[in-house]
Parts: sequence; C-alpha cells; structure tokens
Amino acid sequence: MRLIVHNMMSCNIKGVVNNFPLRIEAEKVIEKEVDFNPDFLRHMFAKIEWKALVDGARSLGYTELPDHAPDTAALESDESFLRQFHHALLELHLEEGSLVCPETGRKFSVNKGIPNMLLHEDEV
Amino acid sequence: MWFLCVFYHRLLDFRKPEVEALAELFGEEIADNESLQWRLPEHHHNDTPFHFVQLSSEEIAQNIAKRSILVKGMYELWGEGTCYEELKDSIQSYPDSRKLPFLSSGSTFRISVETFGKALTFDEQKDRINSLTYIPFEGRVNLKNPDHNFFLMEMDESEENNGLPPIVQRRIFFGREVGFADRKLLPTFQLKSRTYLGPTAMDAEMAFLMANQAKATSGKLVYDPFVGTGSILVSAARFGAMTMGADIDIRVVRDGRGPDCNVWSNFKQYGLPMPVALLRMDNNLPPWRSGLKEIFDAIICDPPYGVRAGGRKSGGRKILRGTVDPYTVPDDKRTDHIPSTGAYSLVECVHDLLHLAARMLVMKGRLVFFFPVLRDENGSEVKFPEHPCFRLVAVSEQILSSRYSRVLLTMVKVEPYSEEVEEAARLMHLEFRENHLKWLEDGNIHSSVFKPSDSSQIHADSKTFKDPKPKYRGKYV
Ligand SMILES: C[S@@+](CC[C@H](N)C(=O)[O-])C[C@H]1O[C@@H](n2cnc3c(N)ncnc32)[C@H](O)[C@@H]1O
Repeated sequence: MRLIVHNMMSCNIKGVVNNFPLRIEAEKVIEKEVDFNPDFLRHMFAKIEWKALVDGARSLGYTELPDHAPDTAALESDESFLRQFHHALLELHLEEGSLVCPETGRKFSVNKGIPNMLLHEDEV
Repeated sequence: MWFLCVFYHRLLDFRKPEVEALAELFGEEIADNESLQWRLPEHHHNDTPFHFVQLSSEEIAQNIAKRSILVKGMYELWGEGTCYEELKDSIQSYPDSRKLPFLSSGSTFRISVETFGKALTFDEQKDRINSLTYIPFEGRVNLKNPDHNFFLMEMDESEENNGLPPIVQRRIFFGREVGFADRKLLPTFQLKSRTYLGPTAMDAEMAFLMANQAKATSGKLVYDPFVGTGSILVSAARFGAMTMGADIDIRVVRDGRGPDCNVWSNFKQYGLPMPVALLRMDNNLPPWRSGLKEIFDAIICDPPYGVRAGGRKSGGRKILRGTVDPYTVPDDKRTDHIPSTGAYSLVECVHDLLHLAARMLVMKGRLVFFFPVLRDENGSEVKFPEHPCFRLVAVSEQILSSRYSRVLLTMVKVEPYSEEVEEAARLMHLEFRENHLKWLEDGNIHSSVFKPSDSSQIHADSKTFKDPKPKYRGKYV
C-alpha cells in the first residue's frame, strides 16, 4: 500500500466520526522506484490531505516532507520538492502492517501490500 | 478534411465510438452534445467496413488509427467510383496539389489491392495496378518499407459477400494510407498467455476497446472498482495510464494463485507499471474519506451482475436469521473472521457505481462499464441507468446469445457532484429501479440473464426463439 491510498481511506464503521487519517502501524516497509510524472503529481497535489501524508510518511520512516504544504507555485519551480512528494506518495510501500482507526482503534490489516478495508457484518 | 475510415468487420457497434473517443483524446474539438460527422459511401449499409469521417487534421487521423483496435486503415481518398473508368475520372479531378507531394521522384511507394468479400488472383491484382498508369508516379516502388502506401479497395455487389452486408452496386476506392491499427497488441495480450486468469477475465480486445472509450493515457488515473484479475486495468496501463483497483474478494485481489501468479504479475508479465493500489473493499460501502472527490480520470469496469460472477456486499443476512439482537462477531474470532456477505442486486450495484463515478471522477472524466440486456423480439427500448452528472455518449452492444447481450456504456461527467444533484440522482435511480422491477414482473425472463442457475432455461428457450440473424455477419462478430 502506497501513501496515495492511505490518503484516500477512512474507517467507515457506522457512526464513527473521527475516522481519518488512519494511523499506520508498520511491520514491513519497502521502496520501489516509480516513473516520475510531474503532470500526475500536480493533479494529485490538489487532492491530498497534506498532514496525513506527512504523518504517514514519518510512520514509514521518511521524514523529508515539510510540515506545511508549500503553495502550488512550488510544484512548477521546485523540482526537489516534487521529487520528495513523488517519493512519499508513490514509492514507499507498506507491505505488512495495519491501519488503525483514530476513534475506535479498529485495525485494518495490510497484508502482501493489500489493505483489507472490508467491514465485519456487525460494523455496517 | 474527410477521411476514408475502413473498419475491420468486427464488433460493429464499437467501431465509431472508438474513433470518436480517440478523436477527442487526440485533440479534435467536438462541441458538447455533438459527435464527429460521418458519411456513408453511396449504397452502403451502416454495417459496411467503409465510412467517411471528418477530422481537422491528418495528424489526428493518423493518431486515431494507430491507437485504435478496430480501424483497419485511415485514408486520404483520391478517387472512387462504380467502375474503373469512373475511378479514373475521379482521381484525375482530385487536385494535383494534394497528389503531387506524394508522387515525387525522391520518394518510395507501394500500391496494394484489397478486395472485400472476394479474392483476386495475383494477375488480376497486377492488372488493376497497371490500370492506374494515369497517376504520375515518379518515385520508386518499395514493397517492404515505402514512404507512401496506396490502396486500391474494391467491394462487389454480389450476394455472398463473405459475411459483409450486401451493396447494390460495386464500389472502388483509391487512397493514400494515413494510419492503421496495431493489432499486434492482441496476440501479445491475449488471455491464453496471461499468467493469472479468472473465469470473468476481460478478453484483451474488449479490454483495449474499454480503455480507449475511457481515453486512458499517460498521466491519468484509471480506477476499476471490480478489478478481479486486473485485465481491464492491464489495457489501461498499456496505454500509459496509472491504475488502481479494488475487489471484495480477497483471494482474487491479494492471493491469486501464488507469488508469481496474481494481479501484480499480470502487469509484470508485460513490463507495465504496477497499479498504484490494489485493495479489498466493498463498492457498496467504500471507505473513502469525507471530502475526497474528483480523483479519478476514468472508471472502467465489468460489474458483478451475476451472469458469471454474482455480486456480493457486506452484511450478510443469513447469520442474522433467528437472532433478535444484532449479530456481533466474537472478539477472539475477529482477526481471521471472514465477513459474511449478502447478495448485491444489479440495481444496487449500478446505483453505487454511478454514485462513485459522480463523486470521484474529474469533470469530463469517463465512466465505461458493461450493462446486461435481454434481447427483446418486440424491439422495445432498453432503459439504461441515468445520473444527472452524466451524459451518455456511446452505447455499444455485443450480442452474447440469441437471448442476451451486454452493452458497453460510455458516460461523460458533465456536472459537478453536489447535494442537490444527489437528490435528483436519487429520483432517477428510483425510476430506474421501478422500471427494472416492472420489467422483471412483466414475465420477462430478464432475470435469467443475471442468474447463472437459470442457464438451462436460457438454453431451452433459445430453441423456440426465432433467430432474426441477418444474412451477413452483424453484431455477432
Ligand atoms: C465480472 S468480475 C470482473 C472481472 C475482472 N474484469 C477481471 O478482469 O478479472 C466482477 C468482480 O466483482 C467483484 N465483486 C463482487 N461484488 C463486489 C462488491 N460489492 N464490491 C467490490 N467488488 C465486488 C467480484 O469478486 C469479481 O471479481
């Protein structure tokens, strides 16, 4: 699971309000190189919850991202920032671990890189 | 400019929509509510391989042809006629300024003869080429790798046209090739050679057509909520798109048949970039964070309608039977618990898909999906699902048996998603459901399309069904 996905997911148990971002418990993290595509990154940047990305990256051991999202001009001018964003968003993988709901503590397991977001029948 | 667009005689309903989607992808300006302009050659039936299409540049025509699956060739037409004399007049009156640049002495060329519906001997072909001496070819012939490819195409009026629709009068075309489809993709990607296959894996040709309808290309993110073995995303990735998929079945999406036989390996096999994400979730109850929207450029899928793999959703009712209290999973069983699931009806599945697309597609993003229909002898109109955020831009039917077909629907997001839209969507959905239920009640065996257990009935029925199969190969191909 890459952080781009972590940034999209919440705990959707019925009635839970404080359900994002899911805290990452990492057991195995790997890195895989991905082709750098600035257009795609610019499009995604606008959709990303920055703090969730920064915290997510930290829990996977990557601490280079700035605390506050730079403004969109940086996307045009600052290639080194774009590379960091690219690395955090697409190249870090949580292979094994869990995503934990901040409110209920419900754990969604991540196994072989696949987050299991299916709810139990008493949670829907 | 008008181009002669010659199609393969396959998947007839998919041919023009493919060209239209690709035209947009390659920058043809098409106004809202409009489509490309098409014209038929004289005396030709709509199912003919020959069509004229208007495009603003040769470059666009070439790009469309190269990327397409069903375009045999795009040509600049130099002349046409019902006989060789007429053809000559027609070619001679075509402006020299258009012809001479391709006939110059420094260039190489080849003329190919193609006949549709009949075969010519080598000598007959040679005679036809020799009859073109009135065209001032100055260049050298190069059969292997010419600068310019010319085609002489002939279609006869005979009844037995080898599966093509009959025409009233012979027609001959002569033109310069601008581009053609790369069908070499198909043997490379055919399912036979795919490492990880499931019973409902999408055939490679269809998967590419779907990716073309979705305008998949580099820098775009394409999502399949019913990803299965990933065959649809493989085709989108081949065209350069980033991909993401989800499925409710963890064995399919995570395990496959082992470390080198799973959804990932299907991408690795072709050297394609891996999906950005694969996850297990229920499209009836997706875990998107609130506020997330307009993230995908296209959504492409073959939803679980039950024809082959019935849909499931979270929250099975079976376990609840007999208990009064809500069912609770015991704490010690939670980790490995396999959540039970309930049946997921077509109406619900379609509703969830449209909702997903309305929220998660960017404006002008495309939703491309299959929808099953019963072939109706009375020809009554099929009601397709609707949503206020979407405009239906293409409907392509593929006939699967004498009783049912599947229709590939292409919808474009034309309105942003909002609360008001949600209400309008709810009403449209209720109407769709109502219609759908009525259809079921009317004694229509529509349900047999969706229930595999009823397949024996489909069989028995088809014996008495009078098949209006046309004399030529229509949508069956
Ligand atoms: C027709 S198959 C799609 C096959 C896929 N195109 C392929 O290439 O293998 C439908 C898929 O939807 C999945 N499915 C069924 N119900 C679902 C749900 N509620 N949410 C997500 N996926 C579901 C099934 O597990 C199945 O893999």
